[in-house]
Amino acid sequence: MTDDGSEPEGRPLGRRAFFALVGAGLSSLAWGGSALDLASKSTLIVPEPLRAAIPVGQGWRIYAVNPPYPRFDPLGWRLRIEGLVARPQTLTYAELLALPQADQTSDFHCVTGWSVEGVRWRGVRFADLLAAAAPLPAARALAFVSAERPYVDTLTLGQALAPDAMLAHAMDDRPLTRPHGAPARVVMPRMYGYKGVKWLERIVVTDRVADGFWEQRGYDRDAWVGGSNGL
Amino acid sequence: MTATRGSAARMVSDGPRVVRFGRTERTLHWVHASSFLAMFATGLVLYLPLLAQVLSDRPLMKALHLVAATVWLTALALIALLGNRRALRRTRRDLERFTADDLRWLRRQPAPQGRFNAGQKAHASVQAALAVLFTVSGALLWLGERNTDFRLPGTIALHDVAMFAGGALVAGHIVMAFATRPALEGMLHGTVPADWAAENHAKWTPAPPAPHAPAGIVRIALAITVATAGLTGALLLAGDALG
Repeated sequence: MTDDGSEPEGRPLGRRAFFALVGAGLSSLAWGGSALDLASKSTLIVPEPLRAAIPVGQGWRIYAVNPPYPRFDPLGWRLRIEGLVARPQTLTYAELLALPQADQTSDFHCVTGWSVEGVRWRGVRFADLLAAAAPLPAARALAFVSAERPYVDTLTLGQALAPDAMLAHAMDDRPLTRPHGAPARVVMPRMYGYKGVKWLERIVVTDRVADGFWEQRGYDRDAWVGGSNGL
Repeated sequence: MTATRGSAARMVSDGPRVVRFGRTERTLHWVHASSFLAMFATGLVLYLPLLAQVLSDRPLMKALHLVAATVWLTALALIALLGNRRALRRTRRDLERFTADDLRWLRRQPAPQGRFNAGQKAHASVQAALAVLFTVSGALLWLGERNTDFRLPGTIALHDVAMFAGGALVAGHIVMAFATRPALEGMLHGTVPADWAAENHAKWTPAPPAPHAPAGIVRIALAITVATAGLTGALLLAGDALG
């Protein structure tokens, strides 16, 4: 019966569709990530810049500010360490791999809401990386310059010396791939991913910490996971 | 059926008109529409790196997104509490019930339609479900920033897919609205030309507007509580996001 006393006509298919959609949608909280991931794998034929512009899928979402991604040339690549150091360094890829190596498994959190748990990283702790360059007493911060212009981000020396911060060159037991920043990227698990500069080519030791690419665009410099960017 | 899709555009007449939407339904529609557009625009900036670089104020975009979400949910609750509930119930019933004619219409066979055609009914059901899914996944995203344990595997996928689906539906809806001027007038002013209604919604007998039983003291008290809570929440979220 209805308000005006007439029998309603038809069947409540719209209401059923509503409940079915809500149910399917809520259940997708468990499976939707992997389903979208599969779907996004089937879009690999789409040009890289477009895929970078419209992120889909769970797990890694590759953001680039100036696609296409920089290309890694194993012979020509150099990592320069300069600024407030006693002995500026220029490392080849082989020299980076020859430094003391560290392994860790840590979670990766992006400020836009996605996370990848249990990523296996292999790389060099910043203490070992900076040892030969010998930062001067005035050194307070590191600026990480990417080959992807104009991306740059910074950490204080204290943050960079965190026991789980490193310059990684391998992820999940394979050398870093091009989308993940080959050949080397910053890993700082306690902060959101935009602090993890990819395609690193230069580290400048400075006496004060400066704003990185996204910080100049309103994001927090101290990008603590669970404690920054509007919490 | 085809008349609704296009040829009706130039049928606007000065003749007699019939009431299709009361004030409550129109308020509900425009609150929902403007909130959706506000959240869609700010959400795209939060989602697309390219836009984030151009508009470049994440805290502001996030504050606007969260305030729009809070104002939207508060306004929906206020409309449910203070609006013409009989009219809302009648509209819901008109939207959610499908007749044999509706199913024929969906198969693109000529079939007389009621107050809403089957496409409009389907659209409303999907949009209502999307509203629920946006709210749940959005709340989970907000919680996931506080504690990453709340980052469920499908939260982002659900919010994104809902955004793509909602965006496509709304785009189609806007195109249809401008292609069907009498229908657009109905949502703007409440009335549609009687001859247009007779042709496109032949099974609809425009009933006099359902009488509006004013809200009692309990519902007014509830509404004041909801409005206060919503306003406080919006201010807290804005302050939070803007740091």
